[in-house]
Amino acid sequence: MNWAGLYAVLSGVNRHSTAIGRIWLSVIFIFRIMVLVVAAESVWGDERSAFTCNTQQPGCNSVCYDHFFPISHVRLWALQLILVTTPALLVAMHVAYQQHQEKKLLLLTGHGDPKHLEEVKKHKMRISGALWWTYVSSVAFRLLFEAAFMYIFYMLYPGYQMVRLVKCEAYPCPNTVDCFISRPTEKTVFTVFMLTASAICIVLNLAELVYLVVRACARRAHHSSNPSSAKSSFYGHKLSSEYKQNEINQLLTEQDGSLKDMLRRNPGLQEKGDRCSAC
Amino acid sequence: MDWGSLHAVLGGVNKHSTSIGKIWLTVLFVFRIMILVVAAEKVWGDEQQDFICNTLQPGCKNVCYDHFFPISHIRLWALQLIFVSTPALLVVMHVAYRRHEKKQQLRNGEKFDIEELKRTRFHIRGPLWWTYTSSIFFRVLFEAVFMYAFYFMYDGYKMPRLLKCSAWPCPNTVDCFVSRPTEKTMFTVFMLVVSAVCMLLNVTELCYLVVKVCVKEPRKTAALK
Repeated sequence: MNWAGLYAVLSGVNRHSTAIGRIWLSVIFIFRIMVLVVAAESVWGDERSAFTCNTQQPGCNSVCYDHFFPISHVRLWALQLILVTTPALLVAMHVAYQQHQEKKLLLLTGHGDPKHLEEVKKHKMRISGALWWTYVSSVAFRLLFEAAFMYIFYMLYPGYQMVRLVKCEAYPCPNTVDCFISRPTEKTVFTVFMLTASAICIVLNLAELVYLVVRACARRAHHSSNPSSAKSSFYGHKLSSEYKQNEINQLLTEQDGSLKDMLRRNPGLQEKGDRCSAC
Repeated sequence: MDWGSLHAVLGGVNKHSTSIGKIWLTVLFVFRIMILVVAAEKVWGDEQQDFICNTLQPGCKNVCYDHFFPISHIRLWALQLIFVSTPALLVVMHVAYRRHEKKQQLRNGEKFDIEELKRTRFHIRGPLWWTYTSSIFFRVLFEAVFMYAFYFMYDGYKMPRLLKCSAWPCPNTVDCFVSRPTEKTMFTVFMLVVSAVCMLLNVTELCYLVVKVCVKEPRKTAALK
């Protein structure tokens, strides 16, 4: 499992994201993960071997390095990127659960041929109802993790700048010893770059959150002003236009309840000769 | 996520590019990214290890290396290639948006084949023309900015053999020797030339698109008359 594996996993989520969500994913993969892999890792590659202290005291070099770099930038970024991309998996799990429910429904209503089941996998889920809450929580968690890591960075490495020289007095170094860091300017450039990309991602996440909330409010206002419009889900609309069955429409709007309850409330379906093996 | 994944992402753009755009993409991947990965990274691999200063003063080497090479050529090229290839994603996003719109249109009417819709090629007209032209403009801009950054940081494009350093803690002035300067100069010039070729291709593509639109407009008005 490496970054390419993570890319494969998250590409699936892409389909059910908003447009801003897709832009966010591209920024993460191209400007953060890719830059980390092709550039930043080689800049920090020799951080330990080229960390030189002006002393011949054995152990002083190791102790000073450990004192000033409790956890390396590269590892912190890798952790940040993994934690920030993982909330999207909540959405993937919810979508998979919804697709499973739809497949079950299709099988029960007697339309369980392979073509329809394939279509369930392919069509895009609308972000409404319970999925909206899952999606919004995942965006909120992303924001939280980004902010937390930016704060951790600031705490560990105040000012985000990499200095050329650090003065170390930890045992066993005799008195105060000058220690020199390798490639401090290049490291500062990349730290600032990754920080900027992180800030852009935070802005995108905030924008997405605002967009989702505004869209939900607008939808609610539209429904309250126009109660006759069908509250059917996206998939219900597609089925009703193909099969023109009001019963199925109602079934799909009540998809949250158990399927047995749905069929009991709509004996019309059974009258049409459909055998219900789940009843 | 590495250069291979970038290739996969940008491969999709190829379908909706002009012929010059396809040539540019090939030059980018074969003569720049591939050369960077298989050759240049090895030449610059031991840049700090073999950067030797004529002093035993601890820390002097680190400080002198940092002073003369604020950001390594390899990292600059990697960033340049990432920035230069990214505007093409604007085109990918626009095409995806057009496909989505077409899907909505067709859904209200007759049945359609998803695979065929995925395969349809959109002509570079209307808003897509503006997106495409902006992406080429940004490519040219990024190329120029990076070429200037290179020139500004390294005072020309030649890698010197010897550098004289007097930054603290080096005592007085110290001679520092760069590893593989000639090989580095050759690769720098090569990457510069290919970068110039790419800029030329982009400028040509820009002119081609503008001329195409200008030629179509009078023909359209003439046909209407």
